[in-house]
Amino acid sequence: MPTTAAAAPPPALLVRNLHKQYEDVQAVNGLDLVVSPGECFGLLGPNGAGKTTTIEICEGLLAADSGDVEILGLRWDRDERRLRERLGIQLQETQLAEKLTVEETVRLFRSFYANGRTIDEVITLVQLDEKRAARVGKLSGGQKQRLALACAIVGDPDLLFLDEPTTGLDPQSRRQLWDLITDFKALGRTIILTTHYMDEAEMLCDRVAIVDHGKVIALGTPQELIGSLGAEHVVEFALADPTQTLDDATLSAIDGVQAVRRVASGYELQVSALHRAVPALLAVLTQRQLELAQLTTHSATLEDVFVSLTGRQLRNA
Amino acid sequence: MRERQNPSNAPRGLFSSSLWQLITVRFKEYTREPEALFWSFGFPILLAIGLGIAFRSKPADIVHVAVVRTDSSASSLAAAIRRDPGLAVEELSADSAAAALRTGRVALVVSASGSQVRYQYDDTRPDARTARLMVNDAVQNGAGRSDIRPVADSHVSERGSRYIDFVIPGLLGMTIMGGGIWGLGYSIVDQRRKNLLKRLVATPMPRSQYLASYVISRLVMLAVEAGVLLGFAVFLFGVPMRGSFLSMAVIIVVSALAFGGLGLLIASRSKTIEGVSGMMNLAMLPMWVLSGVFFSSENFPHVIQPFIKALPLTAANDALRANMLRGVELSALWPQMGVLAAWMIICFTIALRIFRWR
Repeated sequence: MPTTAAAAPPPALLVRNLHKQYEDVQAVNGLDLVVSPGECFGLLGPNGAGKTTTIEICEGLLAADSGDVEILGLRWDRDERRLRERLGIQLQETQLAEKLTVEETVRLFRSFYANGRTIDEVITLVQLDEKRAARVGKLSGGQKQRLALACAIVGDPDLLFLDEPTTGLDPQSRRQLWDLITDFKALGRTIILTTHYMDEAEMLCDRVAIVDHGKVIALGTPQELIGSLGAEHVVEFALADPTQTLDDATLSAIDGVQAVRRVASGYELQVSALHRAVPALLAVLTQRQLELAQLTTHSATLEDVFVSLTGRQLRNA
Repeated sequence: MRERQNPSNAPRGLFSSSLWQLITVRFKEYTREPEALFWSFGFPILLAIGLGIAFRSKPADIVHVAVVRTDSSASSLAAAIRRDPGLAVEELSADSAAAALRTGRVALVVSASGSQVRYQYDDTRPDARTARLMVNDAVQNGAGRSDIRPVADSHVSERGSRYIDFVIPGLLGMTIMGGGIWGLGYSIVDQRRKNLLKRLVATPMPRSQYLASYVISRLVMLAVEAGVLLGFAVFLFGVPMRGSFLSMAVIIVVSALAFGGLGLLIASRSKTIEGVSGMMNLAMLPMWVLSGVFFSSENFPHVIQPFIKALPLTAANDALRANMLRGVELSALWPQMGVLAAWMIICFTIALRIFRWR
């Protein structure tokens, strides 16, 4: 490790006022980002928020209409060749050649980089040792995704881009992939990933930018973002008789309730002190002789942050 | 900048170079696709076998004739005719004989009335006229005529002028065209469609190497395909190879590059297999018909001959045919080679300019 450069290393990624328009959609609309070296940074947002367009511009695969992108202090128009050597990229949907084996695929990608890891090392790292000689076409979705990750890290990149790394995978495969990404992070490399899973962003990312309509609408650590709600918990309930209603003022007056929202299934309260708010809510319901159909609570998540910012839910926004 | 930790990886040999890897990947993908192997090897050979059988040089056909069964003189007449091994004789009733003549089962009906022999036949049919001559000879000889001058027959079959000799260079040209256009077009569009092309350009892979891997692997596979087809034609059908091997190799390589360029051009933008298949068929179909694969392109009207001559498959077929059958060397084939070179240069130039990598 060089010691002199550590004084002021360039940001791993610097994006300023990025714009990109497709025929009738403004996919990216004035987006700014700064990602520090060694950070795992997440772009969280619903489908169509402009995450993939943003990341593909950063990867040098799409041209922006306007705005600046600097990666590791380098720029695509000047330093493409050097940048390619230092980036690892996993695209959202790549079907690797089905007729090749796992080992042949990794060997092909390794051959493109001047420096990198050994083929054995990478295959072991993504836990595909048993599948070395298997054709890509015979792999499960999770195994294919791990192979894609292997191809992304075989050049030993300084910066790894992962576009929706676990979309469409079963829970077990997702966890396995999260472990691999966590391991890579532990090596001190920078990771930039996009996801529309809030649990993924919370689990993996040091910092998260919530993206909607091509803009960053919130930025911070997952804890900061959740903390910004001023409520650590969310209480959801529904009344047995849907014709009966409770007014917002009554609910807001309950001790510890920070915000009230009506949702299709009933009511959603953002709550700072669960242990006081729930008994108080039950007391109000008893007093009004209202019966509950259901009552659930969960710790506030990035999903709740997105809902409070946009009024829409992440998964079906 | 962080220092790299794997100095042992740094110097690398030929086998781990990216161009070598890309080429071996091409071969693996190709040889692991049984259908592709069939279309490049099996299909031209099956076609050659089929055509070889259909248009083989057959021994002269046996001519069928009928003798009308009237009286005992009929059987002695039939016996006399039967002495010629080129004639097959049936003795039939007058009605059956007439029916056999009408349907063409026999070429000639012979009937005797007294000492006169009557021949019934259609004198517009060449085989009927042949039958008339052969039968008459047999009848006259049977009645005691003897030839005045002795004769001897010797049969010839000229290699190089049979249909199979014509069609093998055409099939070779067609194989080169199909390999170039399908081999590049389909595979590249398939990789673009699957986002694999985009994934590859996201690595430091030199783009020229990607394209070079296609051209090189195509040429190597073509050498095998052409070798199999030609070896088969020479050993099984005795098709002549009168030109020099070098001229032949040059014609094949230049044709392959011309069609490779055309395949690359067709594949340069398309994102769907349907789209590229349509364009490939659009490019190949006119050439299958016009360029003299199965029959001479001279059959088409004079006015469209310049257009036909400008097609790359016409140039390839004409050059291959002239070289194989007539031993014409490259120096005399410059019009054809010029057409192929022009296609090659124009197609590659445009294709590289408009190629969609993402």
